[in-house]
Amino acid sequence: MKSGGSLSIWFFIGVSLAVNGAIICGTGIYELVSPPEHQVVLYTLHANVWWGGVLLILGLFFSLRFSPAKERARMAGNS
Amino acid sequence: MNPALLVLSSSTLVHLSPVDLVIVVFYFALVLAIGLYLKEQANTGEDFFMAGREMTAWVAGLAFLSANLGSLELMGWAGNSYKYGILAAHWYWIGAIPAMLFLALVMMPFYHICKTHSVPGYLKLRFGPGAQALSSISFAFMTVLMSGINMYAMAVVMRVVLGWDINVSILISSVTVMIYVALGGLRSAIFNEVLQFFLIWAGALLIPILGLVEAGGWSGLKAKILQNLTEQHVANPGSYTHAWSTLGSFTDNPMGINWVGIVFGLGAVISMGYWTTDFLVVQRVLAAKDLRSAKLAPIIGAAFKMMVPFIVILPGLLGLALLRDPHTGSLLRLVPADLAWSAAGQAQGLHGYDEVLPLMLARYCGPGLLGLGITALIAGFMSGMAGNVSAFTTVWTYDIYGALINKNASDDSKVRMGRWCTVIGVIVSIGTAYLVMNAQSIMDYVQALFSFFIAPLFGTVILGMLWKRATAAGGFWGLLAGTMSSVGMYVWVKVNPDAVRYVALSSQAQDQAQNMFRALWCWLICVVVTVVVSLLTKPKSDAELADLVYGLTPIPHEEKVSMFHSPVFWGIVVAIVFVILQIIFW
Repeated sequence: MKSGGSLSIWFFIGVSLAVNGAIICGTGIYELVSPPEHQVVLYTLHANVWWGGVLLILGLFFSLRFSPAKERARMAGNS
Repeated sequence: MNPALLVLSSSTLVHLSPVDLVIVVFYFALVLAIGLYLKEQANTGEDFFMAGREMTAWVAGLAFLSANLGSLELMGWAGNSYKYGILAAHWYWIGAIPAMLFLALVMMPFYHICKTHSVPGYLKLRFGPGAQALSSISFAFMTVLMSGINMYAMAVVMRVVLGWDINVSILISSVTVMIYVALGGLRSAIFNEVLQFFLIWAGALLIPILGLVEAGGWSGLKAKILQNLTEQHVANPGSYTHAWSTLGSFTDNPMGINWVGIVFGLGAVISMGYWTTDFLVVQRVLAAKDLRSAKLAPIIGAAFKMMVPFIVILPGLLGLALLRDPHTGSLLRLVPADLAWSAAGQAQGLHGYDEVLPLMLARYCGPGLLGLGITALIAGFMSGMAGNVSAFTTVWTYDIYGALINKNASDDSKVRMGRWCTVIGVIVSIGTAYLVMNAQSIMDYVQALFSFFIAPLFGTVILGMLWKRATAAGGFWGLLAGTMSSVGMYVWVKVNPDAVRYVALSSQAQDQAQNMFRALWCWLICVVVTVVVSLLTKPKSDAELADLVYGLTPIPHEEKVSMFHSPVFWGIVVAIVFVILQIIFW
């Protein structure tokens, strides 16, 4: 679904997931190097590393698949 | 002193790190950017109020679900699953799925073909201005009230969970919603609802995953709940993990309800009424680009709705199994909110049922993940509020301003009215939020107040769509009688608590059980009055009812599509998965 302009809602979702994923994964990697004093339950599973990674990959997929350039090309092809 | 304000003196559940704050701030910046970007595409009435009627099935379907997935919904039902066990999942299964499929496959063609802007707008076409005025005024009143109460509840949560100031929370979140809805109208609200849908899942999904790992899977979770509740001498401890097998008797389950209340009160009336006639959710589907998308959208919503218990009900059950006092190591028992918020409760460090989701969030989520979880709660609040505001704006502009105040309003003036109405709606909601702050008990009655209008409205709409003999007088008096009888039963039980055994058929009935049975009776009263009055009054001619009533409406031929693009096929798939879930958790 596009908005009438060249930006799709899925692009916004991709950006959001990618940025959040990068921040969370980055924080998790930092915690691997420098473990926090107060650890959450199941800290040893390092959920922030893999969950942040999943969000980052998903976000990058959406961002690239629905990037403004691709949307413009698709609209030009349809018209 | 207001009990909620006592919370202000308590310690907070979690502390956000700078990383968490970056995630929260990024979310606010993104939703505002979306509103600004969409401003240029909201120039006509169709654009502003109906998002140009160009939404795909996926966008309309996810927005349809997301508008209902507010923060009260997330935390309230997590709290209810802690209190009532897996019975709370019925509000996501039989209390939603059949109604969503019915909307998609039976009712959507009528809404779509008559090109109405709102549900009250359909009532005007079918029953005349009396029924339209009654339903639109009650809807506008309830919507603004709900919006304010959501706002206040969220601000209290932010205070309890994070220690944020209530006034600042209300101001920032409401102004953000106001800006993006006033700029982009329904399109902006829908865009942000879809974004929020993803954030809610991204922020909340980790809790049940890690919780099940810690509990040892579903069987480990059931064993721990049974053990903990037995230790605490809770009645029927085994009933907390069974959805149907304990509904044979009112006394066998924690809710004090039987299968009649769940199947007929919840499944056949409350749920049908909410998902098929509450304009807050129906508006999202009306924005679909064509009939096939409009029929597919609720089916897509239903598919995801079935999965929501995973991020809402399961955390409540995990709380029953796993939560322990961090200092003593003993089992942590959550209590009703009024007890938790009392001076004694605060002194003892008690937590309310509704705090189970933030407590589980704090249990598993470190820096970054915590920020995403809190963003999910904020996003839930914003989507719920944006849904209320955009629906209120449309009903006010078309069904009150355009129908009763300025019948010759131009399209431009309606868009201007829509933008101003958004601002005014948010300001009134803020006022309502502060009103609630000084009258805490109102929050307890909101669900009941809301159900006063939904159940009879469903009776009126469904008779209007399926029975051509229903007349304007029948529709109006049926709706009025249903609403008044619901209010009457509510007052009766409040004045005389013994009356609960007549209204809810059991003296054991808890609040939710009372809501279910009251809805069932008032729906029946609405239907009976509508039928009787209709039979005594002159019906409209068939020509006048064209495109409004089943049998008199030629359903447009849908384009030939493959099985995998057919709404009926996916409706059957969702129905089969729904039945399988009931059997698994029987």
